[in-house]
Amino acid sequence: MLPNIDYSELPRALQHMLERGQTVKTLPRRSFLKLAGATGLALGAFPHIALADPAAGGKAASSLKPTQQPSAFVQIAGNGEVTVTINRLEFGQGVHTALPMILAEELDADWSLVRSRHGTNDAAYVDPLFGIHLTGGSHSIKNSFSQYRELGARARAMLLGAAAARWKVDVATLRTQAGTVLGPGGRKLGYGELAEAAMAQPVPEKVTLKDPKDFRIIGRPTPRLDARAKSSGRQDFGIDMRLPGQLTAVVARPPVFGARLAAMEDAATRAVKGVRAVLRVPLDGGAEGVAVVADGYWQATQGRDALKLTWDTAKVEKVDSERQLVQYRELAGRPGPRKFDADMAPLATAPRQLEAEFVFPYLAHAAMEPLNCTVALTEGRAELWVGSQCAGLDAGAAARVLNLKPEQVTVHVQMAGGGFGRRFSSTSDTVVEACEIAKAARAAGLNAPVRTLWSREDDMRGGFYRPMHLHRARVGFDEGGNVLAWDHVIVGQSITTGSVFEQFQVKNGIDGTATEGMRDPYPLPMRLTVHHPRLNVPVLWWRSVGSTHTAFVMETLLDEIARATQQDPVAYRMRMFGDKHLRHRDALQLAVDKSGYGKTRLAEGRAWGVAVHESFDSVVAYVVEASVKDGRPVLHRVTAGVHCNLAVNPRTVEAQVQGAAVTGLSMCLPGSAITLKDGVVEQSNFDGYTVARITDMPEFNVHIVPSAEPPTGMGEPGLPPLAPAFANAIARLTGKPLRQLPFKLA
Amino acid sequence: MKLIVNNREVTIDADPAMPLLWALRDLIGLTGTKFGCGAAQCGACTVHMDGEAIRSCITPVSDAEGKKLTTIEAATDGTDRVGAAVHAAWIKHDVAQCGYCQSGQIMSAIALLKSLPSGQQPTADSIDAAMAGNICRCGTYVRIRAAVADAARTLA
Repeated sequence: MLPNIDYSELPRALQHMLERGQTVKTLPRRSFLKLAGATGLALGAFPHIALADPAAGGKAASSLKPTQQPSAFVQIAGNGEVTVTINRLEFGQGVHTALPMILAEELDADWSLVRSRHGTNDAAYVDPLFGIHLTGGSHSIKNSFSQYRELGARARAMLLGAAAARWKVDVATLRTQAGTVLGPGGRKLGYGELAEAAMAQPVPEKVTLKDPKDFRIIGRPTPRLDARAKSSGRQDFGIDMRLPGQLTAVVARPPVFGARLAAMEDAATRAVKGVRAVLRVPLDGGAEGVAVVADGYWQATQGRDALKLTWDTAKVEKVDSERQLVQYRELAGRPGPRKFDADMAPLATAPRQLEAEFVFPYLAHAAMEPLNCTVALTEGRAELWVGSQCAGLDAGAAARVLNLKPEQVTVHVQMAGGGFGRRFSSTSDTVVEACEIAKAARAAGLNAPVRTLWSREDDMRGGFYRPMHLHRARVGFDEGGNVLAWDHVIVGQSITTGSVFEQFQVKNGIDGTATEGMRDPYPLPMRLTVHHPRLNVPVLWWRSVGSTHTAFVMETLLDEIARATQQDPVAYRMRMFGDKHLRHRDALQLAVDKSGYGKTRLAEGRAWGVAVHESFDSVVAYVVEASVKDGRPVLHRVTAGVHCNLAVNPRTVEAQVQGAAVTGLSMCLPGSAITLKDGVVEQSNFDGYTVARITDMPEFNVHIVPSAEPPTGMGEPGLPPLAPAFANAIARLTGKPLRQLPFKLA
Repeated sequence: MKLIVNNREVTIDADPAMPLLWALRDLIGLTGTKFGCGAAQCGACTVHMDGEAIRSCITPVSDAEGKKLTTIEAATDGTDRVGAAVHAAWIKHDVAQCGYCQSGQIMSAIALLKSLPSGQQPTADSIDAAMAGNICRCGTYVRIRAAVADAARTLA
């Protein structure tokens, strides 16, 4: 959902963040705990006791960072319940279960007593490597694996220390077993009984971690901690926030990005029962809108429908998809900055030639829970409840709007109904808008919390799309399928320009997120030219980012070369992986073995399709079976081979691969495109913008390559290879390559 | 206006045109029923009216007056045999990812199983047909299929 980030650039990234003043100072532990209590979190009959509470006499190790202090992450109740605070947003990917699994492993907790909850914008909950609050880039498990292990080990050491003190024995004589400390002579104390005394223990700096072969929680297929609540309507999401006296706001937005209001007539709106205020508010990108604040969502929308608005669209750019494609084609022919610069001389003499153009449309994230943010303002304080992928940046943005210091803003991260990148925008648009409305409502005399809620139409027409892209390739190869020269051009808006990632993603005028997934790991002599036109359509990372288009281009073109030179597409790829890219080989081989590829005879009218792609440090290979029915491509069966190193929760990895593949499948379906006509987005709901339904779903099997190496991300890597594997199968049937998404059969 | 929600009579003061969804969520406080599209496109708002699955986001509250309404909260509280079986299967198969659409999915699944003659198992196609109106953007469809079929088996 976020770009792959070059770790060597981290210090600069951090510096950039600090300069913007967007990091949030650590709240004093006491106030944090009180705050946690005040939000009504009560997970058991007993009060939760934080480990190493300084006020209780414990010593927080001053050499440790907030991200390393167990007090912010582990709470143990008297009855032994362990509550783990996650430093990420749970929006389907399973961190609400996997992060507690990692911590519980080293804590040696009784898994049946482990609970999970979201954090805030407190400095403890930043990504330990990036130094900012961040859920994205499939980084949650990868970057917090060691962190959560160490947190668990520190808490365990403190519990052991407390038991040793109570029994007056050497700590070396003690051991732990599933939430219990065991001592000499059959002595036994539950963690709950020791928690209070453990608080007075010093926080150890160095801890010894388990040998992975001794893991009893990590690596076991584990049911999600939120499964029960999410199967009974009892799971609250941001949209379900209900504070006393809370009002709901909806916004009338301009029909064209960036437009402002010329005239407004709101008498009819003010007459709608339940409408409390009509407020002109600034919107993202210099636009202006009208917020209708009412008792509930329905009254607010009734009020919005009654507005008579005239928009000034004369001076704003009006993007039109058809004109845009013409412009992109023209740009593709021009010289531009180069990402790779291999010698293109062999193109002229190559015995075989291939020319191709690919077109990818804008795509909306279309998460099922519409965007929302609830804001409560009091003198000198703001509290926000929002499903945020970037609580610290959102808090900083809120502080700027509200004229507060960052430490005067608390963001309570809420369970979110999907996101796919949309709950982290570089301008914090959703949060800024909600704060502008809350501020204006307060100025208008409404002393109440305000929940700003987007309609589906607001969301789908609201921009922040995966950008439209044009790719052009000219490839010269020989009869053996060896590529002699590959001249490639990408045209598309940059998503990180203007964001916090620009400094270390945009180099030499090229946004690295537009080219990720190009060429590597294949040893290809490539020249890659990139153009980033500037348009006023807001664009954003979208699940698997650049690989949403680069994987399609690479994997279909290589398949075409294999077909043109009568080579098996698996053997062709394996040859190029050589002995250097073993994870690619292993993932592909596993998918091949489990699918029956090359052994099973397919039903009449079906063909195999293959694709492999690495993104976010994990490799996913698909072997699929597809056919064409009534002129429409149909996907029947998918076998996945996955390499994500150690799979913390294999059951979640399976779900993430299936889910990401469904989003990849959606991209192929007719109607999966956002288009603009004279500046106006043409789609507004699921009738105009196709997403995959159960009737589109193939039979699906996921297989994971066993590994004990530190885990890599799995939120996104299942997406990129699905569409090209499907397209390759269809091309085998029709003899014609598919070169645009959604699919269009010639 | 009087509604019968989850076997309890509730009196609300609402515009008759207000969609049932917003009466449930904003007036009655039953937030388990979700807002996804407001246009009967996604199924997140599915509830039962006189035993039939309906889209509460486009059903005026006046149409629901006097009808027996069941929402996800009551359907999965253990009092309904089919609801309990579907609820258990959803947990067993770990269907939910973000979970936002699952209230609607479960209500559609319960309606399907209740519509079958006693002892009859749903076919793969009938499961797909019954669930086609419910979008899951996380893509939990494989597990939804498995959970519905499993729930049906436990009821046989």
